[in-house]
Amino acid sequence: MSITQSLSTPLSSSSSTFLAPSTFNPRSQVALPVKSLGVCKCIAASQEADTAYKTKVSRNGNIAKLQAGYLFPEIARRRNAHLLKYPDAKVISLGIGDTTEPIPDAITSAMSKRSQALSTIEGYSGYGAEQGEKALRSAIASTFYRDLGIEDDDIFVSDGAKCDISRLQIVFGSNIKMAVQDPSYPAYVDSSVIMGQTGFYQKDVEKFANIEYMRCNPENGFFPDLSSISRPDIIFFCSPNNPTGAAATREQLTQLVKFAKDNGSIIIHDSAYAMYISGDNPRSIFEIPGAKEVALEVSSFSKYAGFTGVRLGWTVIPKQLLFSDGFPVAKDFNRIVCTCFNGASNISQAGGLACLSPEGLKAMQDVIGFYKDNTNIIVETFDSLGFKVYGGKDAPYVWVHFPGRNSWDVFAEILEKTHVVTTPGSGFGPGGEGFVRVSAFGHRENILEACRRFKELYK
Amino acid sequence: MSCAGHCTKVPRNSNMEKLQHGYLFPEIERHENMHLEKYPHANIIDLGIGDTTEPLPTMVTSSMVDFVRGLSTSKGYKGYGPEQGEQALRKAIADVYYKDLGIKPTEVFVSDGAQCDITRLQLLMGPNLKIAVQDPSFPAYIDSSVIIGQAGDFLDKVGKYKNIEYMKCGPQTNFFPELHKASRPELIFFCSPNNPTGHAATRKQLEQLVDFAKVNGSIIIYDSAYSAYITDDSPKSIFEIPGAREVAIEVSSFSKFAGFTGVRLGWTVVPEELLYSNGFPVVHDFNRIMCTCFNGASNIAQAGGLACLSPEGLRAVKSLINYYMENARILVNALASLGLTVYGGKNAPYVWVHFPGSKSWNVFAEILEKTHIITVPGSGFGPGGEEYIRVSAFGQRDSIIEASERLKYLLYQQKN
Repeated sequence: MSITQSLSTPLSSSSSTFLAPSTFNPRSQVALPVKSLGVCKCIAASQEADTAYKTKVSRNGNIAKLQAGYLFPEIARRRNAHLLKYPDAKVISLGIGDTTEPIPDAITSAMSKRSQALSTIEGYSGYGAEQGEKALRSAIASTFYRDLGIEDDDIFVSDGAKCDISRLQIVFGSNIKMAVQDPSYPAYVDSSVIMGQTGFYQKDVEKFANIEYMRCNPENGFFPDLSSISRPDIIFFCSPNNPTGAAATREQLTQLVKFAKDNGSIIIHDSAYAMYISGDNPRSIFEIPGAKEVALEVSSFSKYAGFTGVRLGWTVIPKQLLFSDGFPVAKDFNRIVCTCFNGASNISQAGGLACLSPEGLKAMQDVIGFYKDNTNIIVETFDSLGFKVYGGKDAPYVWVHFPGRNSWDVFAEILEKTHVVTTPGSGFGPGGEGFVRVSAFGHRENILEACRRFKELYK
Repeated sequence: MSCAGHCTKVPRNSNMEKLQHGYLFPEIERHENMHLEKYPHANIIDLGIGDTTEPLPTMVTSSMVDFVRGLSTSKGYKGYGPEQGEQALRKAIADVYYKDLGIKPTEVFVSDGAQCDITRLQLLMGPNLKIAVQDPSFPAYIDSSVIIGQAGDFLDKVGKYKNIEYMKCGPQTNFFPELHKASRPELIFFCSPNNPTGHAATRKQLEQLVDFAKVNGSIIIYDSAYSAYITDDSPKSIFEIPGAREVAIEVSSFSKFAGFTGVRLGWTVVPEELLYSNGFPVVHDFNRIMCTCFNGASNIAQAGGLACLSPEGLRAVKSLINYYMENARILVNALASLGLTVYGGKNAPYVWVHFPGSKSWNVFAEILEKTHIITVPGSGFGPGGEEYIRVSAFGQRDSIIEASERLKYLLYQQKN
């Protein structure tokens, strides 16, 4: 996903493979989305496939259920294909939500210091606690969960929210049913499929069987009608929301917590964008009374500190969160963290600690403010063009409505005609059809230029 | 378990229930903490968890510092990297470790360490297959198998999981399994040089293993995390064996040869020729897992890894390896001088000591109580580890020497 990927190897027809089923046909060419070359690498399997040695290990049927590649590498492939077609185009990436602004000195200096210290006898450290360094856990608790009754040892430091989501799925196992918002961040559904919680993909409705998709649209204020859904075990809820940008109100989260309590469900609250909230919508699920018995929370330094490449996040699991037999969820998560993981990088953790110092917090708020200003520019642009625009107030994403249009078509049109990469709404689920997500991460001049091009296209 | 407050209605994952106790190494740590409470002034020497102790070479940390400083600049800032790892690092790994073995950079997947990759490989393979492990073995293979749902119930009587094939590796069979006795497992975890026994499989043994996999249609997951410690001409990679590309995946790590236990960096090689029974390439699905369940190793760690693989870096880490192997030699000599049968310590930083007729947790406890030295009881690695103790050679030289003296004294006392 970095802009500096080399494109020296020719692509084969990659643009259509996103929509192609992933069932393997040995007689056709297989596209391997190997991103390091920024291209799809194909194995010419035609002649050799029949005589090639095959092990007797069956392919994991769960992975076979996935329809195509993960969404964001697919966007990257399209972008790279476009660059090949227009090598001189100044492509602007407002697709993948990748931070672009340098990390403030207050934070990198701590990481430099830690790196240097690793060369000294006094400063060298080997394995750290898998749950994270004490000081960092403590800082996270006091910065984000002060007065919410969350203790240091409820915090588990990780290498990021996406990884934590899969680890949580491993904790819960295959015999549970989840509910997601529709649209939602694709890792929730994809990890559920991989874990074996779902049935097959149903093409007609564009949904996997055995997942409850909770529609979130402008009509319901981007909050699901909880009365209409059947009881799930786990509810993934992201607020502020990726991709719609909607931040749930206190009333809505109270409803959600009550729903979970009444149904004995567990909420996985993804709060990765909480610091982007403008008003006083809750930043943590634990602001809602009773939430500690029904929810856990996942968050990340990625979008606050530009740590998308540095890799650092955390998950909070209160001691009061219990399985049906009374066993604490945190205990099983701890076992997973100790067995399936080995801690976040100690250098990244040093950076995280610096992020949570007064100076670091101020620096993060400045960068967040910068991206929020970008968001305003994008919102105003689409507003002025007469589009119905959502999000953008509490999140670095703008959710633009293109009524009656296929979102991949709009994505392709925008890319072809303005050289701007966005993300088609249907990539986030059928509830995203008719929408396009525009991310507000970018250098100011690129944001302004992109908006100029949008105005040109849609005037 | 009771429900005084609110219990959700979410059932606990029955696979988690099958785990017998905590993961081995935190358990060792618990014992250490209890011991410290009992003897707050004890000078504990930790030869338990295989944790590196020596500082990183400055040329490696300077590279990381430069990279970090770059993150504060417009030009040097980097966001998301490719989930498979930075191109330059993938290429360096392929060039340094797999030159002439036909492994391409595109077959190398950079990670945050072997323990994490093992679970991702289990996630890839799914619950409906059977694994074989060496017995004894690194506990993450069995534990991850249980967690993912492959292992069946634990059979108390034999101390084994019902659906796992335990391939005994003891001195009688030169620490190599009697493959003709093994049933046909889909996956075979094989670690060489071996943790905990320290044995490096010979070329002949690995040819047998590859042959066995080929005949049975199995996939070998070859853990080569300690290959940099090999001092003789034992193979360093499974891909040195002809035909391995069609039957094996290799997992490795910067932890033990570069001191990156806290920095977090490793890699997995999945050859393109490795196919499922329906002809589908394993690498395709592994890539999907890496893109969906992972988001790349820290770019700072990767910068450090690249520095390690430069000619200067390789020289620098080699001296670290030599340091730990000298530790191993000291420990082997000390223990052998007491008439104990000692294995390993030649191709790996672990010494595997036999205490015939003993229960390894008792030996562990006695050593801890009487010498304040932490080791690892062999049965923590499987029933095949009973009667053995693993002593790790990671430590500062004076601690190693001190530990040797204490052990010599204890065992001398016991003999007389």
